Amino acid sequence: MELTGAQIVVQSLKDEGVDTVFGYPGGAALHIYDAFYAQEEVRHILVRHEQGATHAADGYARATGKPGVVLVTSGPGVTNTITGIATAYMDSIPMVILTAQVPTSLIGDDAFQEVDTFGITRPCVKHNYLVRDVKDLATTMKKAFFIANSGRPGPVVIDIPKDVTANKTEYLYPKTVQIRSYAPVKKGHSKQISRAAKLLLSAKRPIIYSGGGIILSGASSELTALVDMLGYPCTNTLMGLGGLTSDHPQFLGMLGMHGTYEANMAMYECDVMLAVGARFDDRVTGDLKNFSPHARIIHIDIDPASIGKNVRVEIPIVGDASVVLKQLVNAIRGSADQPDAESLGKWWEQIKQWQSRDSLGFETSTEVIKPQFVVQKLHEITGGDAFVTSDVGQHQMWAAQYYGFSNPRRWINSGGLGTMGFGLPAAIGVQLAHPEATVACVTGEASIMMCIQELSTCKQYDLPLKIVNLNNRYMGMVRQWQEFFYERRYSHSYMDSLPDFVDLAASFGHVGVKIEDPADVEDALREAIATKDELVFLDFITDQTENVYPMIAAGAGHNEMVLKPSPDGSKPPERELA
Amino acid sequence: MKRILSLLVENEPGALSRVAGLFSARGYNIESLTVAPTEDESLSRMTIVTRGSDEVIEQITKQLNKLIDVVRLLDLTEGRHIERELLLLKVRAQGTDREEIKRLVDIFRGRIIDVDEETYTIELTGPGDKLNAFVAALPSAEVYEVVRSGVSGIARGDRALRL
Repeated sequence: MELTGAQIVVQSLKDEGVDTVFGYPGGAALHIYDAFYAQEEVRHILVRHEQGATHAADGYARATGKPGVVLVTSGPGVTNTITGIATAYMDSIPMVILTAQVPTSLIGDDAFQEVDTFGITRPCVKHNYLVRDVKDLATTMKKAFFIANSGRPGPVVIDIPKDVTANKTEYLYPKTVQIRSYAPVKKGHSKQISRAAKLLLSAKRPIIYSGGGIILSGASSELTALVDMLGYPCTNTLMGLGGLTSDHPQFLGMLGMHGTYEANMAMYECDVMLAVGARFDDRVTGDLKNFSPHARIIHIDIDPASIGKNVRVEIPIVGDASVVLKQLVNAIRGSADQPDAESLGKWWEQIKQWQSRDSLGFETSTEVIKPQFVVQKLHEITGGDAFVTSDVGQHQMWAAQYYGFSNPRRWINSGGLGTMGFGLPAAIGVQLAHPEATVACVTGEASIMMCIQELSTCKQYDLPLKIVNLNNRYMGMVRQWQEFFYERRYSHSYMDSLPDFVDLAASFGHVGVKIEDPADVEDALREAIATKDELVFLDFITDQTENVYPMIAAGAGHNEMVLKPSPDGSKPPERELA
Repeated sequence: MKRILSLLVENEPGALSRVAGLFSARGYNIESLTVAPTEDESLSRMTIVTRGSDEVIEQITKQLNKLIDVVRLLDLTEGRHIERELLLLKVRAQGTDREEIKRLVDIFRGRIIDVDEETYTIELTGPGDKLNAFVAALPSAEVYEVVRSGVSGIARGDRALRL
């Protein structure tokens, strides 16, 4: 059957099993939008800004494991997506971004709404295409979905000039696609697996350090099986939270800059480390010269370039985390060796001692709302099984530290790029994927302002998000660094002239509630979560001076943690409420 | 240490920018880069000369291999190989210099490919250090222009980079 390029785009999405597209129309995209008008199988979610579309598609992908799909027009439509594309790229999230382009005859002419999409997106995509001939369109769509969602996942951009969407050709969607230069390895090398099993079983002070790769590969049950079988401690990165359920007795919490004392000390003192689906990011390792000085390291990753990039690895294993962990479990089961129970007992004693420092302990207050307390209550009320999105900063760290995730794909945050503005649109994607689920966006008053316009999208599609705004009238993490490292010179980290969030929510057609008394926190959360048919914006007025602890300063080692506020009790200046 | 990487890449618009962009984005050195079509019209050949520690070179090759457009990659410097570069050079050649330069070109087995009353234009091929030696042997004030092609390379023996 002959179809126009625009019809091919829509039909390819159907054949790919895509049910939701996030987008915003414009001149060059109009043929494609016209093709959307004629059908109902693929749902189009109209956002209020293209950045929102990319974050929403990203949230949808993180919550489901399916690629998120975005459709935007040329020029500013494209430039507005860059932050969202880069966010997905840094966290290896599968996305396909369809960008309209000016007609091929005008490309390079500085035409109206023209931008070099191919060039501008190249550094922040896994791959990108410019389709110059409608005959290549269907195959390109197939390739894009294949590349986005295989190997180490990532965003793929397809730039489609307007004339290509008007031209016609015979439509045939390929069932499979072969790319001669791209064949991701899934299975680990068997010799490396046996070496890894042997080294793991010889450990006296082992640690399992797992990251976002566990979530992406769906390796949570394999990781849990390995942890159970060996009796070894396990820590998760920010991206890996939920990979091992947080109430697992061998879970040490998150590691890294704001990780727990026990997780970081265990990383520092370990003799054998199994890193899986993690990439030794600088926020995890701190000072590389001081990183796990005694460790012999096994590293499992699907991306060979992640192995040995920052840290020297003794046993590299390239493969998909779930497949390799299965192989490893089998190899250990088949081995004559056993974990060294005596050494392991001593190691756990040491770890228990570190745990007794209670590094996540915080002072409660009856006067002022502590942000950690809000997150703890949210955990209690939702049983650790809500979808929690976040923005970036202090609230993000508190959500990571205190929410306690029971399952993978529940914790949706921008770890790599650290994108403020991510939380609200990401929550839109999550709620659309899981209409019945509780979706909470834990945010701050600075972050939420960056994509606040998406409250309008929430109204249009009746998305009953719960926005937990930890409002401290500061860019809290910036303020914290200025307190610690810039002698409390709070240069432009305040939030002035804030809107009244209750009125603001109301003006978008939602319910807004302001909470100032710690005694009201629990009821407000319960009531909001019980409200199934409306978005509730909870504006918690929190302690302005609260800092995120523990903390490893950038460039310091894991054994140099700051556990509690400075003993001189110095506090940053109070600011008036706006 | 200097490395010569030979790549087969998809003959697609944008393949060159992906490779060049990778080097600039990750702060890798690039001494020369040549690219030309191959006997298979779907492929181009790139030869990249770069420098770095073993760890950096390992990252460079891994990152290059990660690019979807890179089909094959070989580090020629890992084995016996031949390195060649073309030099085109214009030099002032007058009076007694004329004989002197001609002799030098002969010693380096180059060729004078264009002559006028004032200048010689010289062609010379060889490994980079031979070209460097030739340029250094000329009186520098007399050299008008130096054009170098960048390095091409091929492995010795039966080692070959092909599909």
